[in-house]
Amino acid sequence: MPRPGFVLDVDRSTPPILFHHGESFRLEKLPAGRSRVIYPAEPLAALDDVDAAIRDALERPLGDSEPLHALLRPGMKLTICFDDISLPLPPMRRPDVRQRIIEAVLDQAAAAGVDDVHLIAALALHRRMTEAELRHAVGDRVYDAFAPHGLLYNHDAEDPENLAFLGTTPQGEEVEINKRAAESDLIVYVNINLVSMDGGWKSTATGLASYRSLRHHHNVKTMRHSRSFMDRHASELHSSNWRMGEVLKGAGVKIFQIESTLNNDTFGTSGPMSVLQKREWEWSGRDRASFIAMKAGLDRMPMGARRKIFQSWKAPYGVTSVCAGEVDAVHEVITQNTFAQQLVPVEGQTDILTMGLPYICPYNVNSVMNPILVMCLGLGYFFNLYRGQPLVREGGVLIMSHPTPWEFHPVHHPSYIDFFEQVLADTTDPAEIEARYEKQYAEDEWYRHLYRTSYAYHGVHPFYMWYWGCHGLAHLGKVIVVGGEARSVRRLGFTPASTLDDALEMASDVVGRDATMTHLHNPPIVMADVT
Amino acid sequence: MADVPIRARLADLRRHRGLVRRPRLSFPFAPPTVPGGVEPPAPTRRLGADYDTDWARRYPARWARTVILEGVMRPSVAALASTERQGLDRLEGLEGPVIFAANHHSHLDTPVALTSLPEPWRYRVFVGAAADYFFRTRATAAASALVMGAIPIERSKVTRRSADQAAALIAQGWSMLIYPEGGRSPDGWGQPFRGGAAYLSSRCDIPVVPLHLEGTGRILRKGSKVPRPASTRVTFGSPLRPEAGESATRYAERIERAVAELADEATTDWWQARRRAASGQTPPLSGPEAPAWRRAWALTARDRRRRRQVRRWPAL
Repeated sequence: MPRPGFVLDVDRSTPPILFHHGESFRLEKLPAGRSRVIYPAEPLAALDDVDAAIRDALERPLGDSEPLHALLRPGMKLTICFDDISLPLPPMRRPDVRQRIIEAVLDQAAAAGVDDVHLIAALALHRRMTEAELRHAVGDRVYDAFAPHGLLYNHDAEDPENLAFLGTTPQGEEVEINKRAAESDLIVYVNINLVSMDGGWKSTATGLASYRSLRHHHNVKTMRHSRSFMDRHASELHSSNWRMGEVLKGAGVKIFQIESTLNNDTFGTSGPMSVLQKREWEWSGRDRASFIAMKAGLDRMPMGARRKIFQSWKAPYGVTSVCAGEVDAVHEVITQNTFAQQLVPVEGQTDILTMGLPYICPYNVNSVMNPILVMCLGLGYFFNLYRGQPLVREGGVLIMSHPTPWEFHPVHHPSYIDFFEQVLADTTDPAEIEARYEKQYAEDEWYRHLYRTSYAYHGVHPFYMWYWGCHGLAHLGKVIVVGGEARSVRRLGFTPASTLDDALEMASDVVGRDATMTHLHNPPIVMADVT
Repeated sequence: MADVPIRARLADLRRHRGLVRRPRLSFPFAPPTVPGGVEPPAPTRRLGADYDTDWARRYPARWARTVILEGVMRPSVAALASTERQGLDRLEGLEGPVIFAANHHSHLDTPVALTSLPEPWRYRVFVGAAADYFFRTRATAAASALVMGAIPIERSKVTRRSADQAAALIAQGWSMLIYPEGGRSPDGWGQPFRGGAAYLSSRCDIPVVPLHLEGTGRILRKGSKVPRPASTRVTFGSPLRPEAGESATRYAERIERAVAELADEATTDWWQARRRAASGQTPPLSGPEAPAWRRAWALTARDRRRRRQVRRWPAL
């Protein structure tokens, strides 16, 4: 029986707490008597027979939907869309659950005599997936059967020939998605719901959309009013996507949604990484030895080697549920399943929130975690891992631990480099950035070219990363980065600190000497239900 | 100060020991402390039948075992128990994993058997060892797994874990050495065979090779601590396979009978043993059903007969 997540009140007996620190780690002694640590739940039991669960989900759909086989017929246009490289994090070990689901869907399509099948990686404005990444996601059998014939490909949000405008929402939000998907008799969308933010109408309305459509919810105003992204009913981002979903339905786009949840088994229960998902006072002699060896080895390695080691890690996630059918009904059940693994009740807010940022975020898989992504991961994702109210009080301090190197992947993040050098050098205010710079970057022909033909994120993507953190920026009194490269931390508008003690000293200027402190022990993913 | 006796100075030092700051290791170099209000989980049992021996099947452990087998075990066995090996020709043409089912008198049985196994089985064999004895402590468990390639066999209760573990290794091509009696003989005579070897043979569809070890009890019987050198004999029998519809109990009885026939062969000769087997008069491994002193008497008589047959010099 896996133990649920819980909140530990730190006392003098509490050992130093693990902080992820990019491609390394820190052990930090938290002040006794005024600190607490939010620990994630242990991994829930995985399904014994995932393939049987998938077949069952396809046969017994939720909501107002017929079973998949009843929706398939000869001569129809079928488009299977799936989540891109940003899910799950870290990538899961083979076979990826997308592969299992897609193979099950294709089995039924073949049995029904469906010939016209396309598979699309729904990546919105993310970078295109490489062949190896696509093979990992859909499996070799599917890749070899479809990709050589041009039937398995990445969505192109800048291809005017292959985008279909479907209408506007009552709020004037334009809905434009992939033309092949829009004109299909059936879209089967294959999701991995790593966090409660994923899935639902966001899959289609965002994953298959163009910049014209995305800008209506990926903007400062919407992001500031999403409290939080992880709570659909309090997220303006999701409300916008749901409105767009209504437009899709109205335009006759038929979607058979398949969502799946994974457990918290990020680092495994054996091997050197397993120590990262154990509670510190339960570290055995072997755990401590492997941690010491791992940390000592990593600290002596060049950054490239470290990055290669971490990026090659494939998580042994177990699939905990698969649901299929009508979008809203499926998403409702799957969100509850996600909460069952990740939600931890927490009483009250804190003055100082601390977090150790790991080596990976949705936008640097097989890539570099640049300073903008550090900000996005800390203020956009980890800060928003709450339901109810933020973990830290308004005007409180956020302390993040990450090396924050002034380093960018030149192929994946070309516009990030210019954003960091040009835009952030001028201002860090999201609204001002949006007003003065977004259009220029979004419509830049060179960035557009790189997005469409290379493996670059769209020119506007660094702006969206900055907007992800705008709710946190507006909410917090100060952001401190422990162990970060000082000049890049300052460029972000944050304060660098060498040690946690220094950071706490700096924080005391804002929140006083006896401030309460909460550490989010993440990853594995934990979400706070703050009352 | 020079006048102060050394004993007084030591006492003074001891008194002020609390004032001297001794360097202390901190976490993670030292074990973690447990925060108040947290119930530490009960330590998971990693010994006995739960001991994980996977590491002993990896190449570093296999290489180490080969070195121990050839460099330590073989010379030791040669020094203590000059071994005569018979019946190896019965294994001709036999391929793949097999189960060697032997009688059990002594801790020396395993070294004698392991050094007697022919290739290809010699370096790809594991031993079924009592979980409650060989895997009782971390040190004995590690030593058993490394030196003998042992896996823990639960003998005090019925469990599938041991059988599953053995079957998994057999499926990977490993052979097994097992003592179906379940433990060393307490009095020199054998004990009834349990069904483990028969069950695994049926389950994994591999043959059982009966193996009789004679003389190891004289060197290091149960309860003795000092070995006394003597000669031993290892006799390999013909491979047995489960017959159609045969239960594990019946099959175990057949294996026991085959080992008893080998014992008869070792103490008399092949022809006598075959004739007695044909007429159903093979002496049972468990000895005569009689009071303890008569069983002991019969055992010494058998040993005397065996010893008389040993000729150190040719008859001229």
